[in-house]
Amino acid sequence: MAFESLTDKLQNAFKKLKSKGLLTEEDVKVALKEVKMALLEADVNFKVVKQFVSSVEERAVGADVLNGLNPGQMVVKIVNDELVSLMGPENAELVFQPGKSITTIMMCGLQGAGKTTATAKLAAKLLTKGKRPLLVACDIYRPGAIKQLQINGEKVKVPVFEMGDKNSPVDIAKAALEHAAKNDNNVVILDTAGRLHIDDEMMEELIRIKENVDVHQTILVVDAMTGQDAVTVAEDFNERIGIDGVILSKMDGDARGGAALSVKAVTQKPILFVGMGEKLSDLEQFYPDRMANRILGMGDVLSLIEKAEENLEIDEETTKDMASRLKKGKFDYNDYLESMKQMRNLGGISSILGMLPGMGLKTKDLEGAIDEDQLKQTEAIILSMTKEERANPKLMSLPRKGRIAKGAGVDISVVNRFVKQFEQTQKMMKQMPGMFGGKKGRGMFGGLGGMKFPF
Amino acid sequence: MAGFFSKIFGGYKQIDEDFYDEIFEKLVTGDVGVRTSNEIVERLRDQVKENHIKSPEECREFLKNNIKEQMRLDEDAFAFEKERSVIFVIGINGVGKTTTIGKLAAMYKNEGKRVLLSAADTFRAAAAEQLGEWANRAGVEMVSGKEGQDPSSVLFDTIQSAKAKQVDVLIVDTAGRLHNKKNLMDELEKMNRLINSYYPLVHRENLVVLDGTTGQNALNQAREFSEVTKLTGFIMTKMDGTARGGIAVAIQSELKIPVKYIGVGEKITDLKRFNADEYVDSLFE
Ligand SMILES: Nc1nc2c(ncn2[C@@H]2O[C@H](COP(=O)(O)OP(=O)(O)OP(=O)(O)O)[C@@H](O)[C@H]2O)c(=O)[nH]1
Ligand SMILES: [Mg+2]
Repeated sequence: MAFESLTDKLQNAFKKLKSKGLLTEEDVKVALKEVKMALLEADVNFKVVKQFVSSVEERAVGADVLNGLNPGQMVVKIVNDELVSLMGPENAELVFQPGKSITTIMMCGLQGAGKTTATAKLAAKLLTKGKRPLLVACDIYRPGAIKQLQINGEKVKVPVFEMGDKNSPVDIAKAALEHAAKNDNNVVILDTAGRLHIDDEMMEELIRIKENVDVHQTILVVDAMTGQDAVTVAEDFNERIGIDGVILSKMDGDARGGAALSVKAVTQKPILFVGMGEKLSDLEQFYPDRMANRILGMGDVLSLIEKAEENLEIDEETTKDMASRLKKGKFDYNDYLESMKQMRNLGGISSILGMLPGMGLKTKDLEGAIDEDQLKQTEAIILSMTKEERANPKLMSLPRKGRIAKGAGVDISVVNRFVKQFEQTQKMMKQMPGMFGGKKGRGMFGGLGGMKFPF
Repeated sequence: MAGFFSKIFGGYKQIDEDFYDEIFEKLVTGDVGVRTSNEIVERLRDQVKENHIKSPEECREFLKNNIKEQMRLDEDAFAFEKERSVIFVIGINGVGKTTTIGKLAAMYKNEGKRVLLSAADTFRAAAAEQLGEWANRAGVEMVSGKEGQDPSSVLFDTIQSAKAKQVDVLIVDTAGRLHNKKNLMDELEKMNRLINSYYPLVHRENLVVLDGTTGQNALNQAREFSEVTKLTGFIMTKMDGTARGGIAVAIQSELKIPVKYIGVGEKITDLKRFNADEYVDSLFE
């Protein structure tokens, strides 16, 4: 069975959320419970999830619900923002030694994490940036490891230094640095054997390399598919060896990649690159926002949030204008038309209802009330009114209705029904001016979640 | 008694919500996954009622026994070891296929069988070299080709050789491939068909290798590889680390694929036949 998206899961949670000005503790709790499960399914470590959720909870309770979002979405927005900032920065870079000095990079990680491949990819990347890298074969244990690095080096046209499997990695690293100095290489990348973080002897080996040669950057390679144990591994490597950055491998798979968050949370070290394939050019920059999106698994909700943010910026002016008119007790056909336009701006009502987790459930109930056809009809009716009629609803009379019906191409009974509906809406709007930007950050569609449409 | 249950049961006089929460946490932190963990906890609730289980200790034994029962292998799970067989080893990159094949080869060889290896990973740099080293260590023969050669042709050559030499076990190493790459999965399917047509009368064992440190994605891997060939089991490697490999429970629950061997290190002897009791005990440690 395929992974059930967070969007689906949040359906139920959001259904229970009420739409009020500020996020209540209840709103936040309900939504975060689903977020928590989604993060766990994405393999984010249990403790990391717990901590993350409680920090978001603190931030979210009492926050304003943005224009155009329902409370559930607002929580998701906050969750996403937090995730992105936790996972950042976006443009973390390897730090090189100044001038002509050699920069030494040591790669480390568990067995099968993808170090040898990542090492060659990194060399290829540095080559294109004008560096003169040297690859060093320090994995003297795994059969075929030296040969693998040599072949990869050949492919990316980077020299490989090796001394077979009879010398210690410390001696190999030392000799490699001399070799680099003689051969004008300015970056030395040490490929080390995969090892378990609890293998004292093997961890000691890395420490000894660091004691004997100047390692400027230690990079931990982490398989993006790693489960709950990612924190233990990252913590151990960081505490015992000290790491400066992370490369996430196998990101071209379909894992949600929660390990990225776990590792970042426990080490606070930047994620430098992501491995996106078996080709040696497949090492890409890390984008915290894409990663957050992938872990949360809810691109659809996020793009909706983005859209709402954009549109409501534009509409803010009109909304303010309407609000001030409404405060004076005014609501006419022009306002009605305007509010319909706002709805359209959000991308078409049916599509919006489908996209909103909390709304999806209600689509059926609302179908009759606000389907697109009916909106078009309503629009046609209003557009068939004269300017005066639109600005002054009181002018409406039977002969006028007859003329409008003809203009809109509908039966007079349809116009009658609409006028009645309008009058009810007018009454309703006057009773709750708060719906029109009464509070900062909330326009009439701030209430989408539990709203009553004036249509 | 040390370990998880004594810790959590020690603290609980009765079976309440906190108690269930802790079980859920223990399962999830062992990589069992949210869905399967929820199912297990829900089932446990019912069973506690039905069986009038009162004490946390009783509940502990009950749960562990349940999972052990579920994970236990059929009696004929290793029948193939006694027959002429071909073992098709597949899985994503770096999970431990080649190493495991080396260990399997040594194990069968020590049991007096004639073993032949097929170096059908012609993709990864130095893959044949690596398997060759294992063949040497185990003292078995290997058929290989050139890097970049069609792996099916290497496999074909190996099958011919296996027939000529009347070997007992033929083990096929394949290149690691992500299960979401269609062309590579198609290539595997082609190899599968080749075995069907050219080596049909021997016992067929199709094993997917999964890394014990992998999280929920291992379920996707098992599912996708079982589209290529009917999996008869899986091998979980790297169980010598701190990961508890709980995803095996999810895979058994959802796909009914049993664990047959586990890898516990990089030495040639670091392979064990799966033991449900030990596994479940350490899952809850
Ligand atoms: N600690 C530990 N390491 C293991 C185990 N099994 C394999 N490894 C290590 O994992 C790494 C990858 O193993 P390989 O056998 O090359 O994996 P593979 O699946 O053949 O890899 P590709 O062919 O590149 O896809 C090596 O460093 C192995 O030594 C195990 O049970 N425990
Ligand atoms: Mg291999």
